[in-house]
Amino acid sequence: MNVGELHRREYGHILASLIRVLRDITLAEDALQEAFAAALEQWPVKGPPLNPVAWLMTTARHKAIDQIRRRALLEGKREEIAAAIAPEENTPVPLDSLRLIFTCCHPALSPEAQVALTLRTVCGLATEEIARAFLVPVPTMAQRLVRAKAKIRLARIPYEVPGDDELAGRLETVLAVVYLVFNEGYSASFGEDMVRADLCAEALRLCRELVALLPAEREVRGLLALLLLNDARRATRVDDAGEIILLEDQDRSRWDHEKIAEGIALVDRALRGGPPGIYGLQAAIAALHAEAPSVAQTDWEQIAALYGVLLGQYPSPIIELNRAVAIAMAEGFERGLELIDMIDLPEYHLLPAARADMLRRLGRHAEAAIAYRQALAIVTNDAERRFLLRRLEEVTGG
Amino acid sequence: MQYMLLVYGEERLWSELAGGNAPFLDDAQTRWAQELVRSGHSRAMAGLHSVATATTVRASEGKVLITDGPFAETREVLGGYQVVECRDLDEAIAIASRFPALRKGFSMEIRPVMPL
Repeated sequence: MNVGELHRREYGHILASLIRVLRDITLAEDALQEAFAAALEQWPVKGPPLNPVAWLMTTARHKAIDQIRRRALLEGKREEIAAAIAPEENTPVPLDSLRLIFTCCHPALSPEAQVALTLRTVCGLATEEIARAFLVPVPTMAQRLVRAKAKIRLARIPYEVPGDDELAGRLETVLAVVYLVFNEGYSASFGEDMVRADLCAEALRLCRELVALLPAEREVRGLLALLLLNDARRATRVDDAGEIILLEDQDRSRWDHEKIAEGIALVDRALRGGPPGIYGLQAAIAALHAEAPSVAQTDWEQIAALYGVLLGQYPSPIIELNRAVAIAMAEGFERGLELIDMIDLPEYHLLPAARADMLRRLGRHAEAAIAYRQALAIVTNDAERRFLLRRLEEVTGG
Repeated sequence: MQYMLLVYGEERLWSELAGGNAPFLDDAQTRWAQELVRSGHSRAMAGLHSVATATTVRASEGKVLITDGPFAETREVLGGYQVVECRDLDEAIAIASRFPALRKGFSMEIRPVMPL
């Protein structure tokens, strides 16, 4: 019995139910931590229990009751002891996992707090891991978590799944958190590495859990499809030296074709039965890339059309840029440049980078150099910077 | 538990809202407040006169200083409050979201009240 594996799979579920029973996140976390510690100590000696999850839940509850008794005796409040005797429950309830996710992603919490709390309580990541993943000092991340839990307690954010009226809006926030975690892992915004695989895996796990808990929600499937289709290509985006490999140079045989197949099947289901959502549409675009044997054989017209639909529902200059690139591939780079020049997106390095690329392909090297320099002035990721520098050298013959 | 709903808006919005009178005289706002009284949520409420009528008291080197005007010169000023008894934050948010003047550029801050 691998306790580490058990922790990865079940920590969030057990914690979610403990929180409902104990009505206190920190108490539940501490109790569960002690229970896992006890498991690590006792199971190698006595052998693992028949039902390890039940054992952990029961042990955690007892540790929590001990804690409450100690506090109550210290403060002279005997009523608290009675309140702690919860009904005999030793299996996590799936609904509790949903409660926990929605609570962590409550709009009253800041986006950074939502992400941190979700990774800590639902995914069971240690504070140090989360801090490292988001390039934030450990005490800062610890403080973020403390404040978030304090807000939940003091402002009384309820431990509930939102009602039908609010569900769609609240789900948007949850999906945004999952997407943010995945993107952080997929393409780091700051620092050395392009890819942090562990965050991608956590996001995928979380998304799968959401599909299981909310089977009727099409956008959850849409997001899972998008994550799978992106994750399928992750291994080929960066070479062994950490340098970027463009789509046209990626070894498609090394794409994860099982994930692609699963993603494509999900895209179908995500798009059926109603107007397409933002993730379903993005997944459909990713599917077109994933299905194509090469860049040249990709259905760029269809991709451009899908970006058009996406723009219709979610106007955004970044989507306009993506559409301009797709149209450039379908109709020619001059057309692409015309479209890009109409987009206002000042702090986004991919815009001048895209212009530079099109100018380069058209042989307009002097103009391309200018655009590469503009991109270099605002790029933040080291691998992307190195890539742009190489391109700049190419077009300046340097 | 109780929450204080603090209404903020630019000075000119307050005068526009009620033609220069105290803000709660506007029909939509009044209906919102009356509904909270009727439902039993409301514990206290008031509209405040403009910041031009404010006086601020501070202490400096043992002396009490009295100055004309609000505590801080801000673009958006406090103009009124409502204290409501709610089950949880979501209920307070739902009540605040129904405040009609939100659609006219006002904001509402929700703060949990410390139990006595």
